[in-house]
Amino acid sequence: MADLPAREALATEICGIPLDGPVLNGSGTFDVLAARQVFGDVLIDEFPFDCYVSKTITMNPRPGNPPYRLWETPSGMINSIGLPGPGLDGFVNRDLRLLASLEVPLIVSVMADCIEDFVVLVERVAAEDAVDGIELNVSCPNVHSGLIVGEQPAETEALLKALRPLTAKPLIVKLTPNVANPHEVAMGAEAGGADAVSMINTVKAAAIDPQTSRPWLGAGAGGLSGPAVRPIALAQVRAVSAAIEIPIIGMGGITDAESALEFILAGARVIAVGTENFRDPKAGTAVTEGLPAALARRGFGSLAEAQAVTLA
Amino acid sequence: MAAEAPFGRRLCEVTASRADGGYRVFSLIDREGPQPEPGQFYMLASAGSWAGESGRPYLPRAISHARYDREPAGGYRLDFLIDEVGPGTMKLAAMMPGQTCWVAGPFGGQFSYPRELNPQAAGAILVGGGIGIAPMAVLRRELVERGIPSRTLLGFRDRAHSGGVGEFFGCEETRLAFEDGSSGHKGYVTDLLLQLLEGDDSATAAVYSCGPPAMLEAVRRICLDRAIPVELALESPMACGYGACFGCAVPKAGGGYLRLCIDGPVVRGDEIATALAGESDDG
Repeated sequence: MADLPAREALATEICGIPLDGPVLNGSGTFDVLAARQVFGDVLIDEFPFDCYVSKTITMNPRPGNPPYRLWETPSGMINSIGLPGPGLDGFVNRDLRLLASLEVPLIVSVMADCIEDFVVLVERVAAEDAVDGIELNVSCPNVHSGLIVGEQPAETEALLKALRPLTAKPLIVKLTPNVANPHEVAMGAEAGGADAVSMINTVKAAAIDPQTSRPWLGAGAGGLSGPAVRPIALAQVRAVSAAIEIPIIGMGGITDAESALEFILAGARVIAVGTENFRDPKAGTAVTEGLPAALARRGFGSLAEAQAVTLA
Repeated sequence: MAAEAPFGRRLCEVTASRADGGYRVFSLIDREGPQPEPGQFYMLASAGSWAGESGRPYLPRAISHARYDREPAGGYRLDFLIDEVGPGTMKLAAMMPGQTCWVAGPFGGQFSYPRELNPQAAGAILVGGGIGIAPMAVLRRELVERGIPSRTLLGFRDRAHSGGVGEFFGCEETRLAFEDGSSGHKGYVTDLLLQLLEGDDSATAAVYSCGPPAMLEAVRRICLDRAIPVELALESPMACGYGACFGCAVPKAGGGYLRLCIDGPVVRGDEIATALAGESDDG
C-alpha cells in the first residue's frame, strides 16, 4: 500500500474554480441557512464541502408540493419536494448574503420553464460577485414545447446557446437519468457551450400507501435517490464521460470515500454527496477524511492520479 | 431558546432496553449533546447493520425523548419510548445494552410555558396519545420542577398499544382512556378533555398535546372552537431533522408549508391548516 496522500493531494478544480478537494453537495440536499440556525457557527468553521451548490432558485417564490413528500425505499428514498423557495428576489436579497460568507466557492442552481426566464435568472445570478458558477436544472417542461428540456438534446443545446453569451462564469447542466441515452443530452449541452455536466438527478419513482393503496406522495410520483441509484449513476457517468470532453460532477448514492472514488474512476472530475447528508450532517467531511486511505488502497498518490484513469 | 445541537451525528451507547406494556423503553448515554428541551427530538439509527432484510430502514427516525437525566460522569441519559410499527422502530427496539446508536440532535423548538401561551393561564392541560405521551412526560416534569400546575390526560388504543405511564409519569395523577375500555375511561382521550374543559374557565386554560394525527386534529378543533390556546407536537416523515430535506412539510393556516423539523415540531393550533398531514405509520 502506498503512503497515505496528504490533504493537499486532494486539491482539484472544476471549470477553473479551484477547490481544496473534490466533495460538493447535491443541489437541494443541504440548506446552509437552516443548518446554521440548528448547529451554529461551527457549521461555517467545519463546512463539510469543498464547494457549495445552492438549492434550485426559480423566478417566483414556490411553496413546494403537498405532503407527503418522502418515502423510504430499500437503500434509498423517494422525494417530491417541489422546489420550495423564496424566488429570485428573495434569494438574491436575503439567502445570498449568508451564502456569500461561506469560505468555499458557490454554485447557484436555477430552473425556469422557458428560455426567457432562464435568461433573467442567469443574468441576475451571474452578476453577483459571490457566485462562482451556475447549475442549470433542466428537469422542468418548457412551457412552449411541452418537452422536458433535459430529456431533449436539441432543447438542451438551444438553451445553452441562449445562455452562453450572458456570462463568462461556468454553466453546468444537471442531467436527468430518465432518458435512454443521457450521453446525447450531454453532447447537446457541450455543443451549446456548457462548461460541465452534473449527474445524476433523481430517478423517476413512485410508492403506494400501505393503508390506502393510493400513491403515497402528494404529487403522485417523485425521484429516487440514495445508494439504490448508485449503480445506475456509475453506468451513466461512464457512458457520458466517453462522449464528452467537459468535466462531470458525479453523484448518485455516494455514502463514503470508496463510493466517491468509484465515481472518479468512472470518469467524474469531482463528486457530490446528496441523500447521505440527511443521515449524517457531516457526510461530506467523512468522505473527505476517507479519501486519502481510499486512494492509497488503490495505489494512487493523489486525487489527480485517480482522475487521470479512464476506465475502458 | 434551545441550545445548538452538536454538528454531525455521534455514536451513543445503549445502556438499557426493556418492554413496558406494548412498548419498548430504551436508554442511551449522550455525552456531547446539550440538555434537551420539552418538545425537541433526536434522529436515531441503530449503528449495527441498520438496513434489515427488506433493505430498510435506510433513514434515521425522528423520536422525541421521554425523559432525560444528568449523568454523573457528564452528559445525559436519554430515555425513548418506542412503538414497533415499521422497520426503523423495530430496529431501534431491538437494540440491546452495549450496542451503539447514531444520534443527531436535539432538534426543533420547544413548548412554550403556559403563561407564554395564555397570559391568564392557571396551569397546563396535557393530552397525550400512544407514544405521543413521551414529550408530554418531559413537559410535565419541567412544569412540576417550576411549580406550574398541570393536569394530564393520556389515551391508548388498547393494552398492546400502551406503555410508559408508570415509568414516565410515576405516581403523578394522570387520567387514562383506553379505546377498548381495558382501563380508565372507555373511549377517546378527547372525551376526557371535553369533560375537563366543561368544568373549567376556558379563559385560563392552556393545552398541550402530542399523539396520532387524528387525535391531534380533534384536540386542535376542540381548543380552537373554544378559543383556548393550544400547542401540538406533530410528527411527519422526515429524513434529516435539520432543515436539509424539506420532506416534513405541514400545511400552514395561511397557505404554504412549515418545515416541521426547524419550524416545529411544536406548533400553535392556529398556525397550521390541519394536523392530519403527519401520519407516518410506516416508521
